Amino acid sequence: MDSNEVKMSVELDVFVGNTTIMDEEVYQLWLDGYTVSDAVSIRMKSGILEQFGTTEDVLESDTMDHYRTFQMTERLLHHPSKLVNQVLFQIPPHRQAMLIERYYAFDEAFVREVLGKKLSKGTKKDLDDVSAKTGITLKSCRRQFDNFKRVFKVVEEMKGPLVENVQCNFLLSDKLARDYAAIVFFANSRFETGKKKLQYLTFEDFAFCACQLIQNWTVGAVDNMVEDMDVDLDKEFLQDLKDLKILITDKDMLDQHKSLVCTGLRGKIQVFNEMEGNFKNLSRGLINIAAKLTNTKDVRDFFIDLVEKVIEPCKADRWLISDVRAFLTQYTNSARALDGFKYVQSS
Amino acid sequence: MPGKLKVKICAGRHLPVMDRASDLTDAFVEVKFSNTTFKTEVYPKSLNPQWNSEWFKFEVDDEDLQDEPLQITVLDHDTYSANDAIGKVYIDIDPLLCSEAATVICGWFPIYDTIHGIRGEINVSVKVDLFNDLNRFRQSSCGVKFFCSTSIPKCYKAVVVHGFVEELVVNEDPEYQWIDRIRTPRASNEARQRLISLMSGELQRKIGLKVLEMGGNAVVGYLQCFDLEGESGLVVRAIGTACTLDKISNTSAAQLPACNSPSKEIKEAPFSEDPNPNTYSSGPSTPLKNQTYSFSPSKSYSRQSSSSDTDLSLTPKTAKSPKGPRISLCPSSPTLSSDFPTLINPFQLHLGSGTTHSLTPPHSGHASPLVLRKSVSFSEDLLLAASGMGSGGSAGKDGGHLKTLLRQQTQSALEQREFPFFTLTSFPLGFLIHAGGVVSARSVKLLDRIHNPAFVGIMGNTRSYKLLDWNSFTADEPETRDAWWEEIRQEIKSHAKALGCHAVVGYSESTSICEEVCILSASGTAAVLNPKFLQDGCLDCYSENRLSRQPTFFSTGSEKGEFDFFLQSKDSSSMLGLEDTSPPSCGFCHIPYDELNMPFPAHLTYCCNCRRQKVPDVLFTTIDLPVEAAVTGRGCLIQARLCRLKKKAQGEANATAISNLLPFMEYELHTQLMNKLKLRGMNALFGLRIQISVGENMLVGLASATGVYLTALPAPGGIQIAGKTPSDIAYEQHISNIQKKINDTVSRNKELYEIHPLEISEEVIGSPIPEPRQRSRLLRSHSESSDEVSELDLSHGKKDAFVLEIDDADAVEDILSLLTDAPLPTGFYSCNTENMPGIHNWTSSIQMFTTVRVFRLNNVNLTNQGLNKSFNDLCENLLKSLYFKLRSMIPCCLCHLNFTVAVPEDELIQVAATAVAMTFDKDQAQEILKSNTAPMKAISENEEQLQFPMELSSDSPSVQTFPPSKGFLENASPQTIQGTSRAPSLDKASPLAEGHLRLRSTPSCTDSTVTVVKMTPLSFIPGAKIIKYLGIINMFFIRETTSLREEGGVSGFLHTFIAEVFAMVRAHVAALGGNAVISYIMKECVFMENSNKNQAQCLINVSGDAVILIRESEQEGVPIQTHGSTSQTPQSGGAPVS
Repeated sequence: MDSNEVKMSVELDVFVGNTTIMDEEVYQLWLDGYTVSDAVSIRMKSGILEQFGTTEDVLESDTMDHYRTFQMTERLLHHPSKLVNQVLFQIPPHRQAMLIERYYAFDEAFVREVLGKKLSKGTKKDLDDVSAKTGITLKSCRRQFDNFKRVFKVVEEMKGPLVENVQCNFLLSDKLARDYAAIVFFANSRFETGKKKLQYLTFEDFAFCACQLIQNWTVGAVDNMVEDMDVDLDKEFLQDLKDLKILITDKDMLDQHKSLVCTGLRGKIQVFNEMEGNFKNLSRGLINIAAKLTNTKDVRDFFIDLVEKVIEPCKADRWLISDVRAFLTQYTNSARALDGFKYVQSS
Repeated sequence: MPGKLKVKICAGRHLPVMDRASDLTDAFVEVKFSNTTFKTEVYPKSLNPQWNSEWFKFEVDDEDLQDEPLQITVLDHDTYSANDAIGKVYIDIDPLLCSEAATVICGWFPIYDTIHGIRGEINVSVKVDLFNDLNRFRQSSCGVKFFCSTSIPKCYKAVVVHGFVEELVVNEDPEYQWIDRIRTPRASNEARQRLISLMSGELQRKIGLKVLEMGGNAVVGYLQCFDLEGESGLVVRAIGTACTLDKISNTSAAQLPACNSPSKEIKEAPFSEDPNPNTYSSGPSTPLKNQTYSFSPSKSYSRQSSSSDTDLSLTPKTAKSPKGPRISLCPSSPTLSSDFPTLINPFQLHLGSGTTHSLTPPHSGHASPLVLRKSVSFSEDLLLAASGMGSGGSAGKDGGHLKTLLRQQTQSALEQREFPFFTLTSFPLGFLIHAGGVVSARSVKLLDRIHNPAFVGIMGNTRSYKLLDWNSFTADEPETRDAWWEEIRQEIKSHAKALGCHAVVGYSESTSICEEVCILSASGTAAVLNPKFLQDGCLDCYSENRLSRQPTFFSTGSEKGEFDFFLQSKDSSSMLGLEDTSPPSCGFCHIPYDELNMPFPAHLTYCCNCRRQKVPDVLFTTIDLPVEAAVTGRGCLIQARLCRLKKKAQGEANATAISNLLPFMEYELHTQLMNKLKLRGMNALFGLRIQISVGENMLVGLASATGVYLTALPAPGGIQIAGKTPSDIAYEQHISNIQKKINDTVSRNKELYEIHPLEISEEVIGSPIPEPRQRSRLLRSHSESSDEVSELDLSHGKKDAFVLEIDDADAVEDILSLLTDAPLPTGFYSCNTENMPGIHNWTSSIQMFTTVRVFRLNNVNLTNQGLNKSFNDLCENLLKSLYFKLRSMIPCCLCHLNFTVAVPEDELIQVAATAVAMTFDKDQAQEILKSNTAPMKAISENEEQLQFPMELSSDSPSVQTFPPSKGFLENASPQTIQGTSRAPSLDKASPLAEGHLRLRSTPSCTDSTVTVVKMTPLSFIPGAKIIKYLGIINMFFIRETTSLREEGGVSGFLHTFIAEVFAMVRAHVAALGGNAVISYIMKECVFMENSNKNQAQCLINVSGDAVILIRESEQEGVPIQTHGSTSQTPQSGGAPVS
């Protein structure tokens, strides 16, 4: 019988549904940049063959079909509003949402590598290093990088609230849109996040900061109807921050501030003595950071400065998070109570 | 000037960038109909132009309206060089010509280019103002409704079923013209697309004319096919069933006595006022050929000679025929008695015109519309006279002594028509009295080059080809093709007669072409039909009639004796004739032929249901399982697959080789079907389709059918394996092992398909002894005249069909193929018919799909056996893939799963299938199980609501490795689902609203302007009601690429193309105001590639009926609107009914 065995090869193999069939698991494998054969072996390991009593070629054919579909959809995913109005694939709305959401999802490890970097060709060239470092396939890295860049390009010059702009143009969920807003914001101001000292911070931490900065430090934050640009920090505001220097240069002011803070915090924080002893340094650290923000270079170092000048001293003294919060609140409020302060708010 | 066509170009979107410098496009639109062209302004520098043009008005004949497509070309304006075409849209405006279909076409159409595919969309509105045309000699047939569906459309009732209509038109294929050598591929493809569009329009118009002449107003079961004959031209042919349909109004008017409706209906039709009822016999164009055929004892010979003779004698320039002696081949009889090879007739070779048979009218090949004249009501005397003739003509077979006179009269009435064929596969209750069995005929023809001087070099004039079949001197080509089909149809008719049947139902025709050889095939189910139904109001007539045995109220015409029936009479007593009265659940199984004078030896038993009538032991049919039929258990798809090697040859030698192989192939396919049927413990096949495709070095046969256990038929016998040399003990052991396996499989299958007949006779269980005489009803093509029918023994002669001898290499092969059929995965069922026996509780979620595979056979030393195994594996693997792909739909049934095979090249086999997966509710026990897995259920319910049941998100444990995305997804879905659900047609009309995506609120951003359109190859969608038929969709596309690798290779190319075809079908349906396509089929998928040149080309032809559906639950209170009337609540999801 074996001599009669006719060797067959599949020249062409397609399956097209009126409603486009998309397996989420395969989609994820595709997004993660696996080749078809890698994807097939990963799927096989999941025991799918046994579960459905099928064979490897069936799985391969299925994977190929999916990969083709995804490749054809990718063009549309670059402009999610096109996906919604395209006619080529009939995809139910919740599946469309899933496709978009997953396509724009990114890996924590990846985003930490790229966050705050210029989204330029140069950065893209270095993606193979990122890939090697993070274990994320180069293909996936490129997709994530291109997503960042695409979103950035679209919303960069756009007026209006950043998060809504992202959401409206890319049809992302609230959460993901906020993350992208953070990425765009960081990329625009080129905040340095890659230094060793900053490694302990997660993307979530930075995203929180970005959110706060967007809400409080941008042009849009001050006047949200007229020139509401959410991407850039408010230059005027940064200029005004220089006026804070008086808090550390004027001895009287410094003492007065200190005593107000100490009065307010006495008995309320565990590290009161350390705070009292270190007040001058802490205040100087904070004010210096604020005062330097008119320089682009110093804006980039904003986070590293914060860590070095504020967070690390606090850590050394074993401050609790609640202590820090109480201190900063008191620090701000007390400053306001000082003469000559009208509107300054601290971080 | 009976019509005004109005077209408005509103806007475009997603246009491609045509100007690299600006990354924009300066688009304008040319609107062309017939010879008139309008242009819009150029809308500069935009990918989303807003032309908002005036209404372009075309004043045209309704003939043109029917034939011509509206042609819209989008171009990029270029000041310095020629304008670049972006793409085209062809719109068939036929649906607008019928008052009951669509009233306006309005929507976004994909702009299609044969090289680049879809390139953006264009919003177009089309209207037609029709003026009444009183010209009775007109050539148009506006208003005749066409349906692809092979059953009476859901919102109509059939008042009269007039019968068979057919037509064909031919032309040269632009692809093969000399000019093509210097034309761009794009120009050539577009010429072809346009030509075929024109030809289909013309064909439809001509069929419509025939229908009007018959007094009908609709064609049901309309099947149009293309024969790409290559050098010899392009044939577009169509068949259908002419009917007079009445719209069922929402009130229960259906209960009214319908006595009057036929006449009323006819009055409404044009021509009905023809005062002369005798024109049928006096017309010079009525050559009385039916009589000629039915009385001719040697008609097979005359038929054989007719085509070539007719051709030659009618051709003024015989010398032009490059082939010299023409050949006409009929596959000879696969008469399967033990000596069957000797029965094979040698093909007949006719030289010149010397052998013209006197009995054949020279024009017989031309199914001239002139033959079909107005339908008239027969007076009684005429009818009796006609019936006398009819029974005389068929006396040799029928004997007539056990038949009622009434039935003879019915029969004769049907015999009066040229072809008592019906393309319907399911019928109103009681229409079908008996099904006799499958009749099929094949013939092998050599294609000859079109020699038609009229066409050389005038391709620009698209009207020219119309001369072909209206003008006699150039009419040779359609005459030949017509004659070929006429021959086949006559053969089918005589087969049906041999089975004691006067009609053929579930009739279809097909071709397979390889180089210059063409196999024509036709098949159907011989049947006895109820000439009419009675309803309460006419009961007196009924009894009177019964006494006098003179039917007074079915009308019959000369050529086509129509007959009436009434949908609404549902009681079984309405059956005509005392002898025929039988319960509807088994009546159709009762033998139509005379037991004492059977056409072939058959094993008859009394019907297990009524115990009164005789039934055969096995029944094969091409129709759907009648809804009223009593069935035990569930059905399943049964396929027989076969490959046969053939020597490469040219011309006549090739045709001879093929026609010699055909009977063997039919025989083996039949045996395989029978074995597989037995193996599943079933006794009947429905929806049988046997396809034989010819390639250069092989023939591929594929038979598909749905097996069932008909309660009325006896339980099937087992299969016994027998060895020839019983001396060897080990060998005996081997045989008994196989036997055991087979027995196990049978009992396993009975479990699986829940086949537990009430009375199980001993012979079935455990008994390996086969029934002594297993016979089938499959009557094959044969060249014997009808008196020889008794020799047709389709069993193996002396050997029993179900004793498989193990020494026989074929038998080994058979057994292997039997046992290698993989069992269906749990939760899956499959059938190739409309209804799945045993499953009724469908849910509303469906998934239509098209799958295509091409395999290359790499072995130089091909053997039949190896080839067979490969082909078998190929089909099995394809099925396995389908099951895997659709696993999320379990429990589900793959319906209408029909494979189409082709041999596009040496060593290539192409298999394509378009089917629908439908989920159904499990039974009670499983319901409980389901509710235990609550979260799963919630998901699936959600999916069901959205009508897109797909992969369950819960089936991927590995998702956990991707926490960010998973979290996002959960956040995302509820909101977006809500945001995007809306009535589909609402903003179709307002394209301007789209394009401004920069809106603040998220939900409006996700709004889609794309209507969800469901598609199914079936004539219904579960859970939804069709409230309106909008017209037929019949589209032909060509796609070509010169950058195959860049487009993802052959698979990527075809994948895109099929997706594009779906998209274009959906867009057209949506523009008609519809939300679903039913009876969708892909009739043609011709794929050619040249990987070395990085090129590929594909042609796809699809058709279906555009409809408006509403959810069954919404049915009440939803007013029927004319356009886009699918109103839904937002909760129903983005899909309307869908």
